[in-house]
Amino acid sequence: MSGHSSYVPKTGFERWLDARLPIIRLTHDSAVSYPVPRNLNYLWTFGGILMFMLVAQIVTGVVLVMHYTPHATMAFNSVEHIMRDVNYGWLLRYLHSNGASMFFVAVYVHIFRGLYYGSYKAPREVLWILGVVIFLLMMATAFMGYVLPWGQMSFWGATVITNLFSALPVVGETIVTFLWGGFSVDNPTLNRFFSLHYLLPFMIFGVVILHVWALHHVGQNNPTGVEVKNVQKDTVPFTPYATIKDIFGMVCFMFVFAYFVFYQPNFMGHADNYIPANPAVTPAHIVPEWYFLPFYAILRAIPDKLGGVVAMGAAIVVLAFLPWIDTSKIKSMSYRPIGRQLFWAFVVVCIGLGWLGAMPAEGGYVIASRIFTALYFGYFVALFVVGLFERPKALPNSIADSVLGSLQGGSGARVALATAAEPNAKG
Amino acid sequence: MAHATDTKSTQTTRRDFLMLATGAAGAVGLGAVVVPLVSQLAPDAQTVAAGAPIDVDLAPIAEGQAIKLFWRGKLIFVRHRTKKEIDEARSVDVATLPDPQTDQSRVKEGHDQYLVVYGSCTHLGCVPLGNNPGDNKGDYDGWFCPCHGSHYDSSGRIRRGPAPLNLPVPPYAFSTDSKIRIG
Repeated sequence: MSGHSSYVPKTGFERWLDARLPIIRLTHDSAVSYPVPRNLNYLWTFGGILMFMLVAQIVTGVVLVMHYTPHATMAFNSVEHIMRDVNYGWLLRYLHSNGASMFFVAVYVHIFRGLYYGSYKAPREVLWILGVVIFLLMMATAFMGYVLPWGQMSFWGATVITNLFSALPVVGETIVTFLWGGFSVDNPTLNRFFSLHYLLPFMIFGVVILHVWALHHVGQNNPTGVEVKNVQKDTVPFTPYATIKDIFGMVCFMFVFAYFVFYQPNFMGHADNYIPANPAVTPAHIVPEWYFLPFYAILRAIPDKLGGVVAMGAAIVVLAFLPWIDTSKIKSMSYRPIGRQLFWAFVVVCIGLGWLGAMPAEGGYVIASRIFTALYFGYFVALFVVGLFERPKALPNSIADSVLGSLQGGSGARVALATAAEPNAKG
Repeated sequence: MAHATDTKSTQTTRRDFLMLATGAAGAVGLGAVVVPLVSQLAPDAQTVAAGAPIDVDLAPIAEGQAIKLFWRGKLIFVRHRTKKEIDEARSVDVATLPDPQTDQSRVKEGHDQYLVVYGSCTHLGCVPLGNNPGDNKGDYDGWFCPCHGSHYDSSGRIRRGPAPLNLPVPPYAFSTDSKIRIG
């Protein structure tokens, strides 16, 4: 879809640079002339929003490290020092802690967008798997970041999650000791988590580059799931169309982000984390951050320790196999009468699991968690089965047809847009 | 034909040998780099040294009371059990337990009233409640883990809930009638 480059160096310097490091050409081809389907909706702005969130987390994080002390006896106080003494420290920390939540809000919208419109299907399997890798790295990063303030939830969250590995047969205990760097969660654990929390975002950045590369190689999916057939008719250039739309989406998203930072900065945190870590007392009710709750509910639903850990891991890893699980040839759920209902049921199941993960592990909650866990995995089984017999609705002939209707051949609008896409005409 | 093959193989032997030798040297070198990188993750000398044995005086613990202490950064419960608690722990049919162990095998003979166990739930490491008066001791007069609802009995054995194992007994011995050495 990328086609030939339409970049024409204008000045002598640009020509000189282009012959040595074609970086302006790369930027032009991937962010200016790059053709995007003309029917993308606002759900497609979340890729750009996620890029913004990653950069925002790295910038605020690097600045916070200038004031933070990674030591078991000093970490908690250094976070309070950031909150009280450092100029705008409260703002930077709230941006970073709420930023993590907003990052997950955006990534869940992005993932469900992909699930609804079948963005994981050929030729986007590698693109999708890279996304699952990014999601896993994000979870690891967020977990280790939550440990750093060394409050009660930090400490006990770290204890519970590292103990997950003790469920592995034979090597489990050794792995846990090596994770801790001691016989329990303590200062060595905090130090290595801090080191990794600083490293992983840059690894995410690296995988994001691969993710975008794969995206630009295969081209974006779109709400119809019909691939681009005619670049001139079906697409518009990235700039200004996608650029402006992405920026508008980002600004709207920032309003929500800012609301939490300035009006509800602790809404998504836990009061227990403002109590310094105490290895002798477990908080009455340990809950992970909201974005882990569905997986936590699955962990607790299985009455066997190893089984629970395996089920939780499988709940994430199964996503990577989705391109081969879903047997339907139709990408977009808009044209799949049964698939669409399954999708919305799946959304309800995920939200339900999230709610159950926040509830105590007893009585009816456990039973409900088991039913919902079965339904979660049931979605993937159902996708496999339904795809074999489902009769899809009629697909539009092309993206242009779906937007303009097939009657308007040669209309003014199409001619105007074709002209706008002129730089790609040779592609 | 055979002769030609021989010639060919003798011609390539030296290069093959160099390739294999270089590869082997590279693998050894890589291993030599990986060992320190992984080994540094293990508990360091300071942490290990801080794990030397400790002495605990049991005399101040009244019947029915329990204390918490740390050894190697791990929480340990020492409980002075009542007659009723001991009887409850011994009257159960061991074969019906998720992790079958007799109460006798979890205490030192002649000191049946003292139970010494690690104080972290074998599920995911939370601290079970039950040491303080007024705590929820679970349904078996032992401990109750508030995180995921595991019930332990008055011998520290798992009776119900997601935890797979009994609270382990740390290595210890009675040095006098009322003193133990842990480690």
